[in-house]
Amino acid sequence: MSLTLAEVEHIAALARLELTPEEKERFRAQLSAILDYADRLQAVETSDIPPTSSVLPPHSALRPDEPRPGLSLGEALTNAPLTEDDQFRVPPVLE
Amino acid sequence: MPYQVVIGLEVHAELQTRSKMFCACAVVDPTQAAPNTAVCPICLGMPGVLPVVNQAAVELALRVALALDCQVAASSLFARKNYFYPDLPKGYQISQYEQPLAVNGRLPILTSQGERIVRIRRVHLEEDTGKLTHIQRGAESYSLVDLNRAGIPLLEEVSEPDLRSVEDARTYAEGLRALLRRVGASSGDMEKGAIRFEANVSLRPAGSDELGTRVEIKNLNSFRAMESAIRDQVARQSATLDAGGQVQQETLGWDDLNNTTFSQRSKEEAHDYRYFPEPDLPPLAVDDVWQARVRAALPELPHAQLQRFMTQYDLPETDARLLTEDAATAAYFDHLAAPQHGIAPRAAANWLLGEVFAWLNQTGGGMGSLPLTPAGLAELVRLQEDGTVNLPTAKRVLASMLESGRGAGEIIAQEGLSQVSDGELIAGLVHQVLDEHSHELAAYLSGKDTLVNWFFGQVMRLAGGKANPAVVRQELERQLHSKKA
Repeated sequence: MSLTLAEVEHIAALARLELTPEEKERFRAQLSAILDYADRLQAVETSDIPPTSSVLPPHSALRPDEPRPGLSLGEALTNAPLTEDDQFRVPPVLE
Repeated sequence: MPYQVVIGLEVHAELQTRSKMFCACAVVDPTQAAPNTAVCPICLGMPGVLPVVNQAAVELALRVALALDCQVAASSLFARKNYFYPDLPKGYQISQYEQPLAVNGRLPILTSQGERIVRIRRVHLEEDTGKLTHIQRGAESYSLVDLNRAGIPLLEEVSEPDLRSVEDARTYAEGLRALLRRVGASSGDMEKGAIRFEANVSLRPAGSDELGTRVEIKNLNSFRAMESAIRDQVARQSATLDAGGQVQQETLGWDDLNNTTFSQRSKEEAHDYRYFPEPDLPPLAVDDVWQARVRAALPELPHAQLQRFMTQYDLPETDARLLTEDAATAAYFDHLAAPQHGIAPRAAANWLLGEVFAWLNQTGGGMGSLPLTPAGLAELVRLQEDGTVNLPTAKRVLASMLESGRGAGEIIAQEGLSQVSDGELIAGLVHQVLDEHSHELAAYLSGKDTLVNWFFGQVMRLAGGKANPAVVRQELERQLHSKKA
């Protein structure tokens, strides 16, 4: 299954990646190969098998509703490239 | 051309838990807490962490699902909804997609067209996003991110496109909010953003069964915004269709300040969510025992209670609505109007919605802060109904009861407030007033009829407000009539 260049560009846009023309071509080939590999599953006969939505058994590994302290403000912001007023500062997101 | 409006609503409600949906961070009041003080590696989306589902969030979601008469899935799935936006640092929101917690519910609503059933397509659990603040400083433009809200449990209820008017949409949204509050699932506090709406609006020619192209409006944070946005869409779409054009399927944001929609194209392009099952969470199991326990503990629901108040107490819909808006008021009224108190339910409703609500509004407290038992209020209503005190005096007695905590009977006895209905005494008072105001009497007799109310006021004043107003009016009219002759 071969991806088109437009599909690669769409996926890159969704991932917020800027790719050079060479990269687009390289990833088009790589992503297509990955899809081909996954496509081999289509060969498996599944008509007698009920749909499986998860390989994990359903269970209720639930957490009691008890708040616990998390990170301090300093720890939370420590990796941020830019901060302001105790918040993460990011490029404008609403035009 | 006449069109029929078709509306579906998505309601997002923050659940009232103490900790977040997938981590143990405290749920804090977003309008009070300092930014980024209720965050941890899980809700900050750091690598290598694992989400764990909050039991209380599932419990509250179950209450809502069962109150909406949904089928609850024995096993539901969490899914990743992938999109890059700084309000969620993971790059995805954990939501439910293919197998939601519950489906096929219904919410009855009472509109001016009678009772309607709105079908609920699905109810699912997800997590809230962080808060973005957009800053424009000169040429510089950027956004600030506070992640306190990121990860707060959110319950989404999606209706079928069963709503046919702005009134339907409002009634449904209010009914759903009342239900969410009644079962204790959400504070319903719109000011704090605890409930938000998205509306899907389309038009079709009246009489048609096919659905028209729909426009989705996001960012509706109040009933008013929702109503304005729907009206705006109906006007735009009917103008387009009338002009022979076609409605474009699109997603719009609502600008509350300018009362208009704006295109969310940049966000829309990212609406290729590539959902897939959340590999970090096993399917969520809800067994019959859990369901049965939650179902058995459900309180009387607002719609059923509204109908009961209208039939059992013979109340007009507006009064019944106000009385059933919250559980505490409804319970208070049930006690107040109980048969052993022997007062008319309508009188009980008038007192509670009038004087008592006015006092609560003034003091800013809820029903819980009312220093007056239903039995105490019933005593006062009874004393007014049987004529022991007249209405203005009864209101003064109530004020005194609320202030001092004393009973109505005690106050009336101690302060000598019993109503005077003695005909002879009142006749004397009327006579005295007419005697002392010969000037006004002459004016009245020469045709100034409105003075009768002024005379009435004078008599009541002379009686210290305690005279039976009906007796006074009758006597006054009798004496004035005889003067005319």
